[in-house]
Amino acid sequence: MVARIFSLIITLLITVSVHASPKIEHWQTSNGARVYFVAAPELAMVDIKVVFDAGSARDGDLSGTALLTNAMLSEGAAGLNTNQISAEFENVGAQFSNSSERDMALLSMRSLTAAFALKPALKTFQHVLTQPDFPPASFERLQKQMLIGLQAEKQSPGAIASRAFYNNLYGDHPYAAMPAGNENSVNALDIATLKAFYQQYYVANNAIVILVGALNLQQAKAIAEDLLADLPAGKTATTLAKVTPLLTAKNITIDHPSSQTHLMMGQPGISRHDPDYFALYVGNHILGGSGLVSLLSNEVREKRGLSYSVYSYFRPMRALGPYQFGLQTKNAQANQALDVVRNTLNTFIDQGPSAAELVAAKQNITGGFALRLDSNSKIAGYITMIGFYNLPLDYLNTFKESINAISIEQIKEAYSRRIDANKMVTILVGGQAE
Amino acid sequence: MQMLKKIKLSCWLLVTIPVIAIANVSEYQLDNGLKLIIKEDHRAPVVVSQVWYKVGSSYEHNGTTGISHQLEHMMFKGTENLGPNEFSQIVAANGGRENAFTGRDYTAYFQTLEKDRLEVSFRLEAERMRKLVIDNDELLKEREVVAEERRMRTEDSPQALVREAFNSAAFVNSPYHHPVIGWMSDINNYEADDLRQWYQKWYAPNNATLVIVGDVEPEAVLALAKKYFGPLKPEVTAILKPQIEIEQRGKRTVEVKAPAELPYMMMGWKVPVVATIDPKSSWEPYALEMLAGILDGGDSARFSRNLVRGEEIAASVGAGYSLFSRLADVFIVVGTPVKGKSIADLQKAIVTQISQLKTELVNQQELDRIRAQVVANAVYERDTVFYQAMQIGMLETVGLDWRLSDDYVEHIQAVTAEQVQAVANKYFIDQGLTVAELIPMPLDGKKPVMSAGVNHGR
Repeated sequence: MVARIFSLIITLLITVSVHASPKIEHWQTSNGARVYFVAAPELAMVDIKVVFDAGSARDGDLSGTALLTNAMLSEGAAGLNTNQISAEFENVGAQFSNSSERDMALLSMRSLTAAFALKPALKTFQHVLTQPDFPPASFERLQKQMLIGLQAEKQSPGAIASRAFYNNLYGDHPYAAMPAGNENSVNALDIATLKAFYQQYYVANNAIVILVGALNLQQAKAIAEDLLADLPAGKTATTLAKVTPLLTAKNITIDHPSSQTHLMMGQPGISRHDPDYFALYVGNHILGGSGLVSLLSNEVREKRGLSYSVYSYFRPMRALGPYQFGLQTKNAQANQALDVVRNTLNTFIDQGPSAAELVAAKQNITGGFALRLDSNSKIAGYITMIGFYNLPLDYLNTFKESINAISIEQIKEAYSRRIDANKMVTILVGGQAE
Repeated sequence: MQMLKKIKLSCWLLVTIPVIAIANVSEYQLDNGLKLIIKEDHRAPVVVSQVWYKVGSSYEHNGTTGISHQLEHMMFKGTENLGPNEFSQIVAANGGRENAFTGRDYTAYFQTLEKDRLEVSFRLEAERMRKLVIDNDELLKEREVVAEERRMRTEDSPQALVREAFNSAAFVNSPYHHPVIGWMSDINNYEADDLRQWYQKWYAPNNATLVIVGDVEPEAVLALAKKYFGPLKPEVTAILKPQIEIEQRGKRTVEVKAPAELPYMMMGWKVPVVATIDPKSSWEPYALEMLAGILDGGDSARFSRNLVRGEEIAASVGAGYSLFSRLADVFIVVGTPVKGKSIADLQKAIVTQISQLKTELVNQQELDRIRAQVVANAVYERDTVFYQAMQIGMLETVGLDWRLSDDYVEHIQAVTAEQVQAVANKYFIDQGLTVAELIPMPLDGKKPVMSAGVNHGR
């Protein structure tokens, strides 16, 4: 009797904890793509993403290859032209988008689950994914648009700073280049290069499929299988080169006729599998990752009114993603603001957080955990990350524990070992003080 | 007016029972006039709490433009019982996300929390609804923060400078003339008393709507709202002057020279909105909305199909219409020509697209596409509690009924091809048109990139 009651309690606890994080179903398609599915029956809709390890980190010599390859897929497929493809989706209210960053290249669709919408939308998605035509007229148009995009960057101090930041942070590593490429590389792109890129990287073994929505497991399995059926198995992309640490500080100033100076500062940070992930994440949350209550915001904005936005964040990636600090302030204050950021960082590395700051950070992160998973689109975002970076399926279930386990000493130790305030890339883009 | 207020107040005493409870929405009004709208959404154990005030940049006067936005910033800087930034610290320690936003027609504050923390939001929002303290030193610092915000958003963005110039040309006496963030000279000269008076004038329960969406029980939320907001005293809020925009008597053009690489232009035609339309023509805003969808409702819409592809004149082009503005507004088209084409080429192509809407009925397939999109979007929008609360709060605050967001699909479905043609002919006329152009100046400050109107595409 006692035992039975005990097991009943256990069952209740398990049910509760399963509710706290979405249940992820995971399998592989017959040609090798990894699939991740979360049933969300409440709304009659579904989000589907197919993600390839085919971001700009795979560009090789011609940066912009990955982005333009990805953009070309919906320009013509299985004999359908761009107008027809977009109409096939939009006529049934489906939303299709493609995008490509450094690590990931994505194709995403949101559709109603009613058959009148989902069936034709899936068919078009499948065409785009597996039978792209790479029409020459579209290639020329998109190439021109990329060049216009590069021109637009030149009138944005933030974009100029970002390009210089990555370039100086990563040197010879593929992360140094911008996904949008540069004028020379974009002009040098051709259809043959894009097709070769597609054939190498848009393959099942290099893909994950994410489904979140009002489907049952059987439906999800059938959809994933059909969607990728015509993709060759192919090979997983090779391991990315290691990021080499910065050996010295680099300070770069770029003139721009803006009233503010945009400051970016940082160094290579952490990967998605980093053993220091939680210590550095919690530490940075206190330092500059918690918006208006962070130490940086307090020093730069609250106390001194120097900037509207000031932040620091780790962007964990396949290889070491950047640890980045940033703000914008009127030109005359740029050096003052930079000093405040540096002093705040130095103090934090020296002293670590206070006990009260750590408690507040943990309360913020764990007390708002449910907010991270309160919509299908957020759940899809998390399982994309879990799937793409091969994180454990119980990542979300253990997230709070991992946060709560972090101590002041761990943060101090991780910061002193990993973050070197004397070896930062610092970019200042702006004009003369008025 | 004083009399009318009193009568209203006595009416409020009667109505803490639900005024309405259709679908999963409950609506209440507290004795002090605070409106409370609760929408249940039990998909996740979270709740969003938003307080919407009927005040924004369209309530402001020359000399203190942007003061609603500055006041929004000051709402985080301390009250009788909270120190500067303490509000944010308490929300953060409770796992919450919070911020605020100011528009032309509203100022809104929000927290998203796990559902059992809603009380935190109510306690803090009730405190700052009536007990704000504007400290002069805090204001001086925060004025600088807002000035930096303006530099970032506007001064250093050539397209934002064009938008400002456009609005100030299109609207003469309508308060939509000035930017939400305010002119720099106004920002630099706010005084503590300006802020105190603005706060006194507009921040009161009878000028606010509290919108709650999430995993909550309406009765419990009502009880909590009564506990924290119930004791607050109502205010005799100011009466807004109508400020009806004067009749436009000819096309207006404005040029903006700024350091830039790419040309950019805006065209805007004066149009009515739901809040201002004569009831006999209540379909017109929806026909304009449909028209916006025909031009720019996706990649298969006419602008993408004909101007980005097709003729390949536009690098980018878009159409926009806010049918739920408080005051009469403009239907806007913005764009950048491709290399080798000029702003004039792009404008000509846009005008040709508009002319086509005047002379030819849009086809059934296009209407069906927009209808399918609005039906689907009505489902997609329910994926976020925040957006659902936004819709309710925004409609209530501009003086419309939140149920309009439910009726929206129906209204769009009812629009006919003839109605689209009718609004195209009625409103897309030169007497209602304002055009603003960016003339790119060299980024290195040395020589002009191009001369005006001659060689925009390079």
